[in-house]
Amino acid sequence: MEATITITVDGRQRTVAVDTRTTLLDALRDRLAVTAPKKGCDHGQCGSCTVLLDGRRVLSCLALAVAHDGAEVVTAAGLDNDRLRETFLDNDAFQCGYCTPGQLCSAAGMLDELKAGWPSAVTDGEPTLSASEIRERMAGNLCRCGAYVGIVAAIQEAGR
Amino acid sequence: MIPFDYRRAENPAGAVATVAGAPGAVYLAGGTNLVDHLKLDVARPDLVVDVTGLPFDRVEPRADGGLRVGATVRNSDLAAHPVVRERYPVLSQALLAGASGQLRNMATTGGNLLQRTRCPYFQDVTTACNKRDPGSGCSAIEGYHRYHAILGASPDCVAVHPSDMAVALVALDATVRVLGRHGERDIPVDALHRLPGDRPDRDTILEHGDLITAVDLPAPLSVRSAYRKVRERSSFAFALVSVAAVADLRDGRVQDCRIALGGVAHKPWRAHAAEDVLRAGEPSEQLFTRAADAELAGAKPLPDNGFKVAMARGALVATLRGLTTEGTA
Amino acid sequence: MTGMIGTALPRRDGPAKLHGTAPYAYEHDVEHPAYAHLVQATIARGRVTGFDLSAANALDDVLAILTHENAPRLEDTGNAELAVLQDDAVAFRGQVVAVVVAETPETARQAANAIQVTYDSEPHETRLRADDAGLYTPEKVNPALPTESSQGDVESALASADVTVDEVYTTPMEHNNPMEPHTTVAHWDGDRLTLYDSTQGVHPLRSAVASLFGLDEDRVRVVAPYVGGGFGSKGQPHAPVALAVLCARHLTGRPVKLAITRQQMFSLVGYRTPTIQRIRLAADHTGALTGIAVDVVEQTARVKEFAEQTATPSRSMYAAPHRRTGHRLAELDVPVPSWMRAPGECPGMFGPEVAMDELAQRCEVDPIALRIRNEPELDPDSGKPFSSRNLIGCLEDGARRFGWDARDPRPRTRLEDGWWIGTGVASSTYPVHMSPGSVAEIRYTADGRYEVAIGAADLGTGTWTVLAQVAADRLDVPVDRVELRIGDTDLPNATVAGGSSGVASWGSAIADAAGAFRDKFGTDPAAGDEASGRTPDLSETFAMRAFGAQFAEVAVHADTGEVEVRRLLGVFAAGRIVNPRTARSQFLGGMTMGLSMALHEQSVMDHRYGHVVNHDLAEYHIATCADVRSLEAHWLDETDEHVNPLGTKGIGEIGIVGTAAAVANAAWHATGVRVRDLPITPDRFL
Repeated sequence: MEATITITVDGRQRTVAVDTRTTLLDALRDRLAVTAPKKGCDHGQCGSCTVLLDGRRVLSCLALAVAHDGAEVVTAAGLDNDRLRETFLDNDAFQCGYCTPGQLCSAAGMLDELKAGWPSAVTDGEPTLSASEIRERMAGNLCRCGAYVGIVAAIQEAGR
Repeated sequence: MIPFDYRRAENPAGAVATVAGAPGAVYLAGGTNLVDHLKLDVARPDLVVDVTGLPFDRVEPRADGGLRVGATVRNSDLAAHPVVRERYPVLSQALLAGASGQLRNMATTGGNLLQRTRCPYFQDVTTACNKRDPGSGCSAIEGYHRYHAILGASPDCVAVHPSDMAVALVALDATVRVLGRHGERDIPVDALHRLPGDRPDRDTILEHGDLITAVDLPAPLSVRSAYRKVRERSSFAFALVSVAAVADLRDGRVQDCRIALGGVAHKPWRAHAAEDVLRAGEPSEQLFTRAADAELAGAKPLPDNGFKVAMARGALVATLRGLTTEGTA
Repeated sequence: MTGMIGTALPRRDGPAKLHGTAPYAYEHDVEHPAYAHLVQATIARGRVTGFDLSAANALDDVLAILTHENAPRLEDTGNAELAVLQDDAVAFRGQVVAVVVAETPETARQAANAIQVTYDSEPHETRLRADDAGLYTPEKVNPALPTESSQGDVESALASADVTVDEVYTTPMEHNNPMEPHTTVAHWDGDRLTLYDSTQGVHPLRSAVASLFGLDEDRVRVVAPYVGGGFGSKGQPHAPVALAVLCARHLTGRPVKLAITRQQMFSLVGYRTPTIQRIRLAADHTGALTGIAVDVVEQTARVKEFAEQTATPSRSMYAAPHRRTGHRLAELDVPVPSWMRAPGECPGMFGPEVAMDELAQRCEVDPIALRIRNEPELDPDSGKPFSSRNLIGCLEDGARRFGWDARDPRPRTRLEDGWWIGTGVASSTYPVHMSPGSVAEIRYTADGRYEVAIGAADLGTGTWTVLAQVAADRLDVPVDRVELRIGDTDLPNATVAGGSSGVASWGSAIADAAGAFRDKFGTDPAAGDEASGRTPDLSETFAMRAFGAQFAEVAVHADTGEVEVRRLLGVFAAGRIVNPRTARSQFLGGMTMGLSMALHEQSVMDHRYGHVVNHDLAEYHIATCADVRSLEAHWLDETDEHVNPLGTKGIGEIGIVGTAAAVANAAWHATGVRVRDLPITPDRFL
């Protein structure tokens, strides 16, 4: 069944017809040609599709587009954080690049969460920008190339 | 995925009336479980009613010193809530042990309670599963069941409930507030989920159309509480076993305690037998082991998950050891 | 500039990847695409007896449903894995029996799910057993190595040895699982076919598709500038690409997008065979080996043979006068196994390197000293000298960096905060490959840049960056004057990105082209000047391998058995390093996948149904960020003039070789529990 939604994607307002079944990820990739978010598993198990939805990092493959009429979506293409891009490049925090847009959005969201004082499973007292905090908080973004060491270093550098 | 109609709930009573009156209708909250199941054809609704706009997004103090958690409060907000962190650490820890940062930003309190088993046969419509397709048989009993139940299972189903949060809620004596066709009612979380028996298709005692509106936490028995999850990755993996424990420790004795186990049964497993051993006992390795053994005496593991008995024992002992030796009460 | 080789240039494809604008296969701009979804067999062996397509056909927006009853005939059905929808036979569960094309992906999937297939099923066998009566000896093992090797009399050596090890080690079925699922966008336009594909080799894929469909190669173009990981699974064409082309042929003029699901990847795009390795070592009381016997049992598919070369690394690792290796295969009703990062070496260094640790324990010799004691002078397999061999250097350098000297050799002696802690070591090795046939062209442009063209692939391996460095070095110009073009069959022929041969094969061709260019045009060329070069032939005078040593510190929880790799350190001797930044990532990436293999990875086959039960990324665990703690990769400066003109040995695979053994050896040292079957899960310690 068709529905029409209007969402802001990377600062640009877009109106698009979707099937009620269309996920936010597929709306972006198939209907709006916004291909920065990637489809790695389509079931919330890899993090490649991570975007910022109304300011928070979420998995766009598990969000129905129709349920997010009026939302603001930021993808890696529109992410206003060149510092993260710089530290990712410096630390060679990616190889094939397929998980990378999701890693970047997740990193940006996670740094905001840390700044807000949110705890994680490894927090003891108040959270800090330690390697173990970053590792735990980024555990939802799989990287099969194995760039984790660089990813952690890049986020730590960008977050300072 | 078959086509479905989508509606946004305007008010709670209307949502209940809509879903209760339509056999093919389901509620949509965070979507992390439902959308997964839509894609797998495990869920085949013809109407999806979005309840995320309903006014259940607050965490509020209760007159009895407890806390009311709205059903659409996101897992990440609940885990970070200062009162939860301070007075109900077991709950914050359980939430943070679950899923990933992104999923916790989406998943709601009500949805987390109602998430369905991760049994791979349940999720694969090309295999037999009594939970998904009653009467078709259980593929797990003689198949892959490393993650499956060691307590309270039936010949029809050996699945486990996947929620971490629910295990903590059971150890906190929490209740769920449910709005149904005939009004509101409260159900202890411990009574919400069922053992499979011969109706594994029913995860909970809720009727079609029932809507969880809140979870009520009584004032905690003690702020000395902890959640321990054992899994095969260091993060972002479902539990092999988990332990939620709350202990009131005074005068060198366990005055009272609440313990629940996760990953071992079709529901969060309240460990009454272990509690009975611990109550009034003097904390020691022997006491903890006796408590764990008392609880696990009734375990009936499957051929390939016998390790869970020793693992649950170890996790329980380690949790109690940590809980009774750390800092002040 | 000269000296560019060896410079830690940041990835040149970085900005595009960091903005999410680098186009992967699905993302190329094609007009008005249709979407395909696959229907897979739910029996493991038998025949399709019928389809009920009525519900699927009743849906608006369904454009086509192809089954063996109506699919176009293929020209060449010699590769049975690619001969899709040609007959009613089902050879494994998950084989594609139909494909739907629709206007939207949602409808394609709905229609695929609505198709009812009936079967006549036959008894199947998917279980690999060492005592399977049907085991056979393949003629060759991958890529074309002898199945067996034998020197001296290993049985006598075992019978008369002071000390022996005779144990069976197993590695499970494992799936490559690159983050980008295999995708093809196929478009027939007139008499030309264009494929945007996630492939490790555009030219080899073009050849395969052209012969499959009986086309001239010049009518087929394959484009793959960016590939979201492959690890071998995108190295050879698999069924989905053939299906996408069938759909596109059926709907001529309409581009068809086929992105398979993560779940489908567990039956359609290859995997690492499970292995059963019987390792026998004979030694004197000092640990000097007198005999090595490695006998491997593994599986292949009834539909097509793939024989992993698991026993082969043992032919060259350690000295011993008496030795034998061999492979036996079980032909099962399973999906077709294929390449997965370091096929042969990766599983084949697990059993032997744990066995060496067991020998060290039995001889009461330090595991590093044991390996040094058994260092061969010549390659034990071929009798040739090694072009270079620095295993001892890697072991010694690693020992120093890791702090090995302080180690108490006794197991189960360190309990800290409730965790048993231990350390372990294992060797790594990987052969040096260079594939003949790559061609590079260099053209000088009007704006003073050098266009370097070769149909090479970058799967995250760094090709975009390192080939530009090779060109800049050999042309002696700044790298920003080099414009590299890769990933397209419109460019000169390139061999597959496999066997860690990319830089050797493609880089040597570029070096050759650069030499030819300068010979012809000097240092002051005119716009349009161009020259080409080729990969030279590989020397056969020497045995050529890269070596390494990996050190692990493992913690095992005393109450729950949880396993953590606290530290992992590798030192490699892999010839010349073109780019230290991307090379480090290759080594670390391999080690990370090795850690993942050690602790997590296992595709669980349900033998009643014949499928992988844990067929997604929630149940098939790969290491997360949280699992990778302290991880270091180092390398020795190694000069080797013999391997190829660049002196490189290949670095994409050696990092995963030996990791699992180092972790298993550390877990034994921590707990006293010897795990001989991967993965090393918590239940082993309870």
